[in-house]
Amino acid sequence: MGVELSTTRLEDAAKWAKQSKLEQAQNWGRKFSLFTYPFVTACCGMEFMSVAGPKYDIARFGAEFPRFSPRQSDLLMVVGTITEKQGPALKRVFDQMAEPKWVIAFGVCASTGGFYQNYSAMPGCDQVIPVDVYIPGCPPRPEQVLDALIMLMDRVQTGRGHSQLRTKREEILAAHAEEG
Amino acid sequence: MSQKVLDALTTKFGAAITHTESQHGDEIAWVQRDKLVEVATWLRDDASMLFDAPVFVTAIDRLDWHPIGRPSAEAWSEDKPRFEVAYQLRSSTHRYRIRLKVAVPEHDARCPSLADTWPAFNWQERETFDMYGIRFEGHPDLRRIYLYEEFVGYPLRKDYPKEKRQPLVRRDDLPVNPIKVETEFK
Repeated sequence: MGVELSTTRLEDAAKWAKQSKLEQAQNWGRKFSLFTYPFVTACCGMEFMSVAGPKYDIARFGAEFPRFSPRQSDLLMVVGTITEKQGPALKRVFDQMAEPKWVIAFGVCASTGGFYQNYSAMPGCDQVIPVDVYIPGCPPRPEQVLDALIMLMDRVQTGRGHSQLRTKREEILAAHAEEG
Repeated sequence: MSQKVLDALTTKFGAAITHTESQHGDEIAWVQRDKLVEVATWLRDDASMLFDAPVFVTAIDRLDWHPIGRPSAEAWSEDKPRFEVAYQLRSSTHRYRIRLKVAVPEHDARCPSLADTWPAFNWQERETFDMYGIRFEGHPDLRRIYLYEEFVGYPLRKDYPKEKRQPLVRRDDLPVNPIKVETEFK
């Protein structure tokens, strides 16, 4: 098939993301209806409210509806510091979300741990779950969040989200297995 | 401000109060470890004291303490007790404020618990145990309060490596960790 399957890195596998017309249509629908699950743990939550509020209005991009159940959402926003003790809870929330799902790390604490480099803070939520878009800033400006959301929408459309690539890879592997 | 309390304590308990200090309006009485409960109960119950408000309990690690502008004899050394446990008390009746301090050596990090004297100290002693590893004897339920049970060591001790993490969960497909912190816990 000319597709390198030995690599385990999803980033290397962007070439898998060739899509049929049907998938393109699906992803077009997905990118304009991202239901967010705000995993808000810290002060970045204020900025998240500001983005969700009328002035910056994330609803313009279709991500208007925070669902407080991971089973009904497809965009996990990790907003704020994640401690090592919260790691299992975050992983569980992520595992409960239905495929396909995307993750945004909102602010430096969720991205790298920020200035909490100590025994309790996790150095970025990507230690536990795969993150699609990182937003720097402490806290980030609402414009940055909207920019990140547009970047994510581009990823969704081109099928390069982590979970999309994982599904694609499994499909290709299954097809290979069938061919023998 | 509460010099009366210090005087009364020295008169009543004598050698059990090793020494007293007064600094910036804070009165500090250093109490012998085995007399702490006795002194505290008296402070709570005596009609001239009535310390009814426990404010906080914490510990101080003197491991790398080198006071600037103070005599070097005050710095921590091997033969000095490494930890101080500090109990801050307040009497709302007489408007007294006092701090009891207990010296706790490193090899024998025990301190009598005041959780039975003032129940408000229950969780605070658990926090002090969690962070400094001071074992409060007689505490009804001495276990970690903030950190998880799997955690090894006591993070606010000065010899705990600053960025030593003890993760509960990690991704199985985690790429090479770019932040490499190799600091072994002593």
